[in-house]
Amino acid sequence: MTITLTLNGKKITDQISADCLLIDFLRSHGALSVKRGCETSNCGLCTVFLNDVPVLSCSMLAARADGQTVTTLEGLQDEAEEFGAFIADQGAEQCGFCNPGFIMNAIALLRENPSPTDDEIREYLAGNLCRCSGYEGQLRGIRAFIDYRQERSRS
Amino acid sequence: MLTIKEYVKAESLAQAYELNQKKVNRLLGGMLWLKMQNTQINAAIDLSGLGLDFITETEDEFSIGAMTSLRSLELHEGLNAYTQGAMKESLRHIVGVQFRNLATVGGSLFGRYGFSDVLTMFMAMDSYVELYRAGIVSMEEFAAMPYDRDILVRILVKKTPRSFAYLSHRNTRTDFPVITCAVSLLKGEPFSQTASASLDVPDASFAGERNLQKTFVTQPVRVCFGARPHRSVLFTDEASRLAREISEESIEAFWNDVDEKLVTGTNTRASGEYRRHLSRVLLKRALLQAGGKNV
Ligand SMILES: Cc1cc2nc3c(=O)[nH]c(=O)nc-3n(C[C@H](O)[C@H](O)[C@H](O)COP(=O)(O)OP(=O)(O)OC[C@H]3O[C@@H](n4cnc5c(N)ncnc54)[C@H](O)[C@@H]3O)c2cc1C
Ligand code: FES
Repeated sequence: MTITLTLNGKKITDQISADCLLIDFLRSHGALSVKRGCETSNCGLCTVFLNDVPVLSCSMLAARADGQTVTTLEGLQDEAEEFGAFIADQGAEQCGFCNPGFIMNAIALLRENPSPTDDEIREYLAGNLCRCSGYEGQLRGIRAFIDYRQERSRS
Repeated sequence: MLTIKEYVKAESLAQAYELNQKKVNRLLGGMLWLKMQNTQINAAIDLSGLGLDFITETEDEFSIGAMTSLRSLELHEGLNAYTQGAMKESLRHIVGVQFRNLATVGGSLFGRYGFSDVLTMFMAMDSYVELYRAGIVSMEEFAAMPYDRDILVRILVKKTPRSFAYLSHRNTRTDFPVITCAVSLLKGEPFSQTASASLDVPDASFAGERNLQKTFVTQPVRVCFGARPHRSVLFTDEASRLAREISEESIEAFWNDVDEKLVTGTNTRASGEYRRHLSRVLLKRALLQAGGKNV
């Protein structure tokens, strides 16, 4: 079957098999930030935006994205880079494998709720597993980023 | 591994129903549970183009389309106001936001899973499923029905004035629950009152010899346990233990009735005995919370 979708602002048309997963479609079109971790819908590594809503690309058929807009980390370079620096500053990653999915979902959180409490941050990111860090560094990084943004908007 | 030969975006419920009568074909909700299975599907029947992603609220009921995501339920202000936040509480522990953006309420209820937060919560409400072929069935009847090849089209929730509480226990965050407990109490004294109403369902555009009217009696007390690890079950206060007041003593008397009938089992997450112990604790906390007592 043929599908057409908008990936990071670019229209793509391609032939796929009925059971092609969105993650495989995206990776085959160069979106290599999208990682495969658990493949049982648990780890959040494969997070992408479908029409601006964060979803697990490992658990969705590419066919379902026909006619929709998909965004991966590659399409959010500026936003991701600025935020990622705060995560790195806190030493909040070790191997970095979970980082693309984590950054995607953190961006989704901050778009939905620009001033989350610590509990709201923990709850929103509960579906992004990290086996290295213990999450405290990530929390500090997000807090520092929010503080920086608030400071910037005041000045 | 899940393999699919053909993808069909259903154009009508009639077409989806027809295709779904073949055992080799399967309906797609959010596909999260299906994906975990080692199954070969001939035609995957996608319901996402049928306008079944909606939550509407009137003065006396909610109507929820089968393709509504768990996240939409969790964020719905009307449902959360009606349940005093119990709806959100029942959903927010399920995996993560990205997961709940995909998982559908139809797939969650139709599966009648032995770990379901969703079924437990809906059973504590005066709720009904509308099945394409079988029509309107109460949630507790539906929970006990054998699997068939019908389609869950929508869910109806009557807004009887009730106070709710939802509690669950997990070994680790985002894991499947070890036990779930939802309670609702009819508001107003005395607790033993009954109310009845009929579901007024405008004839929908789809066909079938369906029962579109149902008279119901609302119970003063609805207590539901799930993740036992079997399908959720409902207990009502037949002996009116809680009719006069919600207190530690009346709850203990009610628990003794429940204890005789509640079946809990053992799996890798917990033993049946541990689940029974937790059931008693959660029941007490949830009833005190719904009854407006400090917990
Ligand atoms: C890793 C993981 C963890 C989970 N943890 C929890 C948890 O903690 N608590 C909890 O309550 N749930 C949990 N679930 C279950 C989840 O919340 C959903 O209930 C489940 O994925 C089914 O929803 P779905 O939309 O993905 O359905 P699908 O996987 O698409 O479908 C499930 C079944 O229902 C059928 N179906 C789908 N829609 C309909 C319909 N409208 N009418 C008739 N049949 C239909 C399908 O053919 C299929 O047989 C978990 C699931 C996974 C994969
Ligand atoms: S790979 Fe998709 S959730 Fe883990």
